[in-house]
Amino acid sequence: MPAPTQRRLIFEHIDEPGYTNDLACYQKHGGYAVLRQAVTRKPEELIDEVKKSGLRGRGGAGFPCGVKWGLVDRKSGKPIYLIVNADESEPGTFKDRYIMHQDPHQLIEGTMISCFANNVKQAYIYIRGEMPHGARILEKAIAEARAANFVGPNILGTGYSCEIYVHRGAGAYICGEETGLIESLEGKRANPRIKPPYFPAVLGLYQCPTIVNNVETLCHVKHIAAMGGEAYAKIGTPGNTGTRIFCVSGHVQRPGYYEFEAGRITMGQLINEVCGGPLPGRTFKAVIPGGSSAKILRFGERFKGKRKVGAEMVDYDWGVEDVPMDFDSLAMIGTMGGSGGVIVMDDTVNMVEALANINAFYSHESCGQCTPCREGSLWMKRITTRMVHGQARTEDAALLKGVADQIPGRTICAFGEACSWPTQSFLAKFGDEFKGYAEAKGKNAERANILI
Amino acid sequence: MNLKPATLAQIDEVITHYPVKRSATLPLLHLIQEDVGYIPEEAIPWIAAKLELQPINVYEVVTFYPMFRRKPIGRRHIKVCRTLSCALLGGYKTCSALEKEFNTHLGEVSPDGEVTIDFVECLASCGTAPVVMIDDELHEKVDPAKAKQLADQIRADAKRRI
Ligand SMILES: Cc1cc2nc3c(=O)[nH]c(=O)nc-3n(C[C@H](O)[C@H](O)[C@H](O)COP(=O)(O)O)c2cc1C
Ligand code: SF4
Ligand code: FES
Repeated sequence: MPAPTQRRLIFEHIDEPGYTNDLACYQKHGGYAVLRQAVTRKPEELIDEVKKSGLRGRGGAGFPCGVKWGLVDRKSGKPIYLIVNADESEPGTFKDRYIMHQDPHQLIEGTMISCFANNVKQAYIYIRGEMPHGARILEKAIAEARAANFVGPNILGTGYSCEIYVHRGAGAYICGEETGLIESLEGKRANPRIKPPYFPAVLGLYQCPTIVNNVETLCHVKHIAAMGGEAYAKIGTPGNTGTRIFCVSGHVQRPGYYEFEAGRITMGQLINEVCGGPLPGRTFKAVIPGGSSAKILRFGERFKGKRKVGAEMVDYDWGVEDVPMDFDSLAMIGTMGGSGGVIVMDDTVNMVEALANINAFYSHESCGQCTPCREGSLWMKRITTRMVHGQARTEDAALLKGVADQIPGRTICAFGEACSWPTQSFLAKFGDEFKGYAEAKGKNAERANILI
Repeated sequence: MNLKPATLAQIDEVITHYPVKRSATLPLLHLIQEDVGYIPEEAIPWIAAKLELQPINVYEVVTFYPMFRRKPIGRRHIKVCRTLSCALLGGYKTCSALEKEFNTHLGEVSPDGEVTIDFVECLASCGTAPVVMIDDELHEKVDPAKAKQLADQIRADAKRRI
């Protein structure tokens, strides 16, 4: 089956010749009309639209946005904060930066609609420290929006006021985790908080109820407010509504970002047709479908079981290429859609070396609060690096598994899972390669790139 | 610590963004680093006093976040992404090429004082790997040939400055 055509909702104007990131251009394309209309409605109606839309968060966990908003404590009498998670740092993910650089007003409009719906008076955009241009662009865009009365006091004469400030991080991946982000915004180390009791919806920023949403999620809110929740829910597939942006990197002919209706494209269509297949003379070996924390898939493996289609249960028997790229299908085969970062590896890649690269990342980024995560990520890095640069032993595979298996479920935040899943899944899928690494080592040196 | 008047004005402005002063710790550190080039020792008690904190509150933040530096670096800061997507397309080779161009090693100031090269983690531009950031500027698809061009450019800029 040929791949569907792209459906660009969020990325409609990304890379469009002549489209600029200033207010005038945005308004020429209908910008802020949705906000104008939204502020004439009841906030609860807007929350209802988001609930009806089925929108799931695009930051990684795929949590339903309407449900998240429904959990906010509105009775405490404390102010409600909204934080835009613009920390984009999951390896393999590159969508939010393009939105902020090329279409910042789309984010600001989505944010203001979300703030109005939730009676938020103060929002912060927490942007990665490594994106100084993005921060400047957002600051300029907010200033333009403020001058036009879309942000700030008495918005569009409604009596409703809301301010947005940009807050820059400083190079720590764990600031992407929502409670680490909140600590960081409070001016502290980004040590994630334990849940319960520190659910952001109840005890978030300054111990006040707080909504944390990803950049892309908030952009979707704008489109939901524009077309209505029901119409939005018709895009994509039931349970996986709207569009999904895939960021494809690694060993394909045409890496890049592509936006499709959710659940309508398979892995094979995406990387073979849309991205042009493997590089000349190579074949696909493995793919990580949802950012580097997602479990790896091996080309050639098959997934079988029963799944729900409409009201019926039907059998499925999929190769990696056949898997629909939506949250539920990917979860069904034991991995996740995560942030939409698809990392493709071909037959030149040695899996021990690829894992050593990933382990170096997690060991560097652990915040260090929980012993299993801090020590485990370090040991997984040490073992895999030693295998590559020192001596590799057959028993290293079992040793690595022993370390990885002791981390998940024993930590404060989901980083514990994120850092152990690569090791666990690489071993499960490519265990033979780990056991035989001592012999294989260096044999492929002229074809392969150094990974660690 | 001699901060420029513009920096001091920005510091006073940014503190107003937050209902709790402590939140301004990161913004103040950024502003000082942009002005001075690194975080000097005296910045820590200075910020603490400004935000009504203890010096340890600032110190623990400085040591947590990789972007804050405790000592001066080369005039230009070259950050090479080493994470998987970039490595798969030759990021480590790009890094060696740059080290050779400037006769230096990761984390050191080059002998001419011009650059410091560091490895950093994923810069959210994996589709145009390998990527390198020079100061605030992102450069995409930097193979060794492009690394050489960038190095030539840096040296040309340096000459112009003299
Ligand atoms: C270790 C870790 C890193 C994360 N990094 C990011 C990130 O860079 N950007 C992001 O939007 N969400 C990130 N998340 C998810 C956030 O915690 C949070 O779920 C998300 O911002 C919620 O927004 P959403 O519901 O709109 O997806 C991360 C989570 C974990 C556990
Ligand atoms: S799991 Fe890791 S990153 Fe998360 S709080 Fe514990 S030590 Fe920090
Ligand atoms: S891996 Fe280098 S930019 Fe993402």
